[in-house]
Amino acid sequence: MTSPRMGFFTDTSVCIGCKACEVACKEWNAIPDDGQSLLGMSYDNTGGLGADTWRHVAFIEKPVTADGRTELRWLMSSDVCKHCTHAACLDVCPTGALVRTEFGTVVVQEDICNGCGYCVPACPYGVIDQRKDDGRVWKCTMCYDRQLGGQEPACAMACPTKSIQFGPLDELRERAAERVAEVPDARLYGADPDDGVGGAGAFFLLLDEPEVYGLPPDPVVTTRDLPRMWRHAAIAAAGVAVAVVGSFLGSRR
Amino acid sequence: MGTSFGRGGATTFQQDLQNADCIVIQGSNMAECHPVGFQWVMEAKARGATVIHVDPRLTRTGAVADLHVPIRVGSDIALLGGLINYVLSNGLEFREYVAAYTNAATIVSDDFQDTEDLDGLFSGWQDEGAHYATDSWQYEGAEVASSAGQRQRSRHRHETGRGHEHGSHGASISGLQNIRRDETLQDPRCVFQIIKRHYRRYTPEMVAGICGIPEDVFDRLARAVTENSNRERTTAFVYAVGWTQHTVGVQYIRAAAILQLLLGNIGRPGGGIMALRGHASIQGSTDIPTLYNLLPGYLPMPHPKAHGGLDEYVADDSSDTGYWGNMRAYAVSLLKAYWADAATADNDYCFDYLPRITGDHSSYQTVQNQLEGTCKGYFLNGQNPAVGSANGKAQRLGMANLDWLVVRDFALIESATWWKDGPEIESGELRPEEIGTEVFFVPAAAHTEKDGSFTNTQRMLQWHHKAIDPPDDARSDLWFWFHLGRIMREKRAASTAERDRPLLDLTWNYSTAGRLAEPSAEEVLQEINGWKADGSCLSSYDELKDDGSTVCGCWIYCGVYKDGKNQAARRTPHTEQSWVAPDWGWAWPANRRLLYNRASADPEGRPWSDRKAYVWWDAEQGKWTGHDVPDFQPTKAPDFQPEAGAKGPDALSGIDPFIMQADGKGWLYVPAGLSDGPLPTHYEPEESPVSNLLYGQQQNPARQVNRLPVDPYHPSADEPGADVFPYAMTTYRLTEHHTAGGMSRWLPYLSELQPEMFCEVSPELAAEVGLEHLGWATVITARNAIEARVLVTERIPPIRLPDRVVHQVGLPYHWGGNGISVGDAANELAHMALDPNVHIQESKALTCDIRPGRRPRGPERLQLVQEYRRRAGITESTGTAHRTSRGESR
Repeated sequence: MTSPRMGFFTDTSVCIGCKACEVACKEWNAIPDDGQSLLGMSYDNTGGLGADTWRHVAFIEKPVTADGRTELRWLMSSDVCKHCTHAACLDVCPTGALVRTEFGTVVVQEDICNGCGYCVPACPYGVIDQRKDDGRVWKCTMCYDRQLGGQEPACAMACPTKSIQFGPLDELRERAAERVAEVPDARLYGADPDDGVGGAGAFFLLLDEPEVYGLPPDPVVTTRDLPRMWRHAAIAAAGVAVAVVGSFLGSRR
Repeated sequence: MGTSFGRGGATTFQQDLQNADCIVIQGSNMAECHPVGFQWVMEAKARGATVIHVDPRLTRTGAVADLHVPIRVGSDIALLGGLINYVLSNGLEFREYVAAYTNAATIVSDDFQDTEDLDGLFSGWQDEGAHYATDSWQYEGAEVASSAGQRQRSRHRHETGRGHEHGSHGASISGLQNIRRDETLQDPRCVFQIIKRHYRRYTPEMVAGICGIPEDVFDRLARAVTENSNRERTTAFVYAVGWTQHTVGVQYIRAAAILQLLLGNIGRPGGGIMALRGHASIQGSTDIPTLYNLLPGYLPMPHPKAHGGLDEYVADDSSDTGYWGNMRAYAVSLLKAYWADAATADNDYCFDYLPRITGDHSSYQTVQNQLEGTCKGYFLNGQNPAVGSANGKAQRLGMANLDWLVVRDFALIESATWWKDGPEIESGELRPEEIGTEVFFVPAAAHTEKDGSFTNTQRMLQWHHKAIDPPDDARSDLWFWFHLGRIMREKRAASTAERDRPLLDLTWNYSTAGRLAEPSAEEVLQEINGWKADGSCLSSYDELKDDGSTVCGCWIYCGVYKDGKNQAARRTPHTEQSWVAPDWGWAWPANRRLLYNRASADPEGRPWSDRKAYVWWDAEQGKWTGHDVPDFQPTKAPDFQPEAGAKGPDALSGIDPFIMQADGKGWLYVPAGLSDGPLPTHYEPEESPVSNLLYGQQQNPARQVNRLPVDPYHPSADEPGADVFPYAMTTYRLTEHHTAGGMSRWLPYLSELQPEMFCEVSPELAAEVGLEHLGWATVITARNAIEARVLVTERIPPIRLPDRVVHQVGLPYHWGGNGISVGDAANELAHMALDPNVHIQESKALTCDIRPGRRPRGPERLQLVQEYRRRAGITESTGTAHRTSRGESR
């Protein structure tokens, strides 16, 4: 790879919930609208990531008590595909439509995807999704085409407060480590290379527990156990084979 | 702003907010409505600044602020007055700044009586005509006429709509030398002592009683503001239409001006008052006005009786001292831009060609004129009053009474289709076959489809280049108006009638290009900038002459085409220049970014502190220097004293930073120029659930009210029937939509983010009324009834006053019946009572009732509203009394 691994650092402590990331993403990637319905989830009328929503801003209204005073906290966070180090979607794709790019990101090649859908249950975050009218799966590409042209992804470009930062993952992790020390209640999510997905290419600074934002607290790559399972299966199969062979041998006696 | 500081624009620029140590955002939801500029607030916060949001709701601004202060709608002056009192009663003012740079020391006329003396009225109240005679507000020994307001020297001003000439620039004073000052600020009649007395009852306890802000929260706010206002530190205030849209809106901003002057925060980095405009180029549309009462550069529109000739006009409106003393040069250069060779000294430079102002022709008065049948035609350019203006029904009924209506917009907005599918068609109040209005829809080009400039909220012009041709029949505004004018001139070309001379002599020779014959926007900008006699571009308004040798379409924009180059098109990134970024775009006046910046230095010309150095006197070079263009005569030394009888800017001393004011001072007290008092005073909104705790005078006595059957008002406080509309209500915008929706409700990507009209209520109010989250509610006022989906949220908390709880209903106002995302318009509920200075409607503080379920359809909707009016005992005089006292029926 000529490029360092690129990533997103989404610092939710400075997110103002303007949704410019959602709109810029749709404009650049020509994604259809995702339905016109009032969801009543605070100011979130998108609901979650899906085939037609590759950036999603969550809004959480939560009372917090500090110094004996209860105040309402309004959390906002722009979610996106995590571009996992160990990406289950990539592991299970039978056609090779899902690839890891030279930027270390995970991208669906829309001309190769045959819509088998194996990747959908494989994603530990529920990100990748099938579009109903064409059956193929769609998700954030970290604006692969823009990166090829030396440009940052549309969402990061549109973010007015630098809540979404794009850059070499190593640099972002350093920056995040500094930031998390400055901000009260801050914690990083997806920044640890030793976590269940080997660290995310898109990681977050959160102000509350991941569950509050609708994120799984301890995601694990769903294909993690596959080798072990295959090993068990192989041992079991061998055992059966031995037993079968043994039974024949025994019958000769 | 105009009356306090001399210019009607933001005193600072958004990038400068990063230097603030404390930022108070009040009357603005900056994160939602100005998200791009809000990055500088976040930058300040990252540098350690305290960010405070005062707002009835916890918004996306409050979500990232250090402190959110919920406030009862319509009570901001009480809070700001409380802060002023906190400063003065604790001796926390920036004494040296106040003494040198403000009119604190000036002695006011013996005749002046305060609201404290007259239970909420100032001296000079006239029951007849319901206005103030302002003679008693004057300085002792001098006659002041504000260029930023009504001019006392001309009684005719009253006939043309009181106080209609606001928003502009400083004042003139005859007898500047006669003004008496007490530099010790001890004289009981000096401005400082008058202000102290005026606000002494605005205590923390009073603030709690009026605004519903607990005393400990007020204390946190007051400490943050005052501890961050001194030589080393500065506090900025940010406001938007949450302050202007009130019957006492101008005085909201005046209150902030007083506070910021007392704290020494004007003209200094990280300080100031950042006025955020409602949408793109609103600042530009007052600079080069779409207003009825102003000419470009805030020159007043001449009056038919007072202004027979140019001499009378200039004599009446210019100032002997300060920069406004050069008004004749500005006016003659403008007339030369309009009528070129036809304008000569012999014919007063065609001064007679200018229309004369014959009365109040403001927006809401125009609607009344339509209803009366005296206004026959109406152009709507990017304006959707059927949704965006107060009392949508009055707007539509007015339009239904026209001969013709031209709507220029991107899509068929509600103001273009009300005649076939508006609410009055459904109710049966109007029938399409009986409407005589001929409606023309002329599709408009978007900003990406044309060249031109935006003047943004900080007076900065930014040029945009056309990216693509407009689709189909869509055309730019410049195309529309140029070709309309061309065709009108062609039709009259053979005329010898005197009345056609202004049209035929007009400069109208812009070149056109391309398939669409698009006029050159750059040539228009060149004309705005102006030329010298030799045809070269002017570089500054200092070069303007009153002898007809210079041409300038707008004197404050002079310099935007300096050196023959479009300065507004400059785009040097901020990363490649100083943080002030003087090479990005161009700001009036003279590319200054921070106004009144002489005040960033002490009277001797030294920075108040190293940390807050901005512009200072360089004694060696004998000139002012620093990070910005000095807002001062560049070589006037700090110790300069004017000679007796000096005129224009030369009459100001070296320590007078407010150069547009005739006395060079920031005005804590405004002796002339405002219709409703020299000092901000807390009045309740036109409609309020509570009584005015401070005075017997309930509302702003000088507010404008009407007696139109279509625009009735509610009883307030303890009046009979007030309990029929028991809840406070406010309207606002969301980040996902644009004003009346013309630019967002037709776009799927924006519509899906806020797909439907909703109201916001607290869990307590929902329980009281029986509203369910995501269910329907009907909101009712005496004007109309609308329906909305319900969002129950703790973000809009009930306001707890000592003796009662006030519930507030929040309504975004983007929706109408057309487009992808549809819903009822909140402005159906608003009334047309106005601020007397600027004629702006009170859509931020109203009363209403709310109940579960959808609104009735057809004629039953009207019946519901009528039933409410009956129950509340509303007549055409309800809420229209100008003067009230405790216990007296209003």
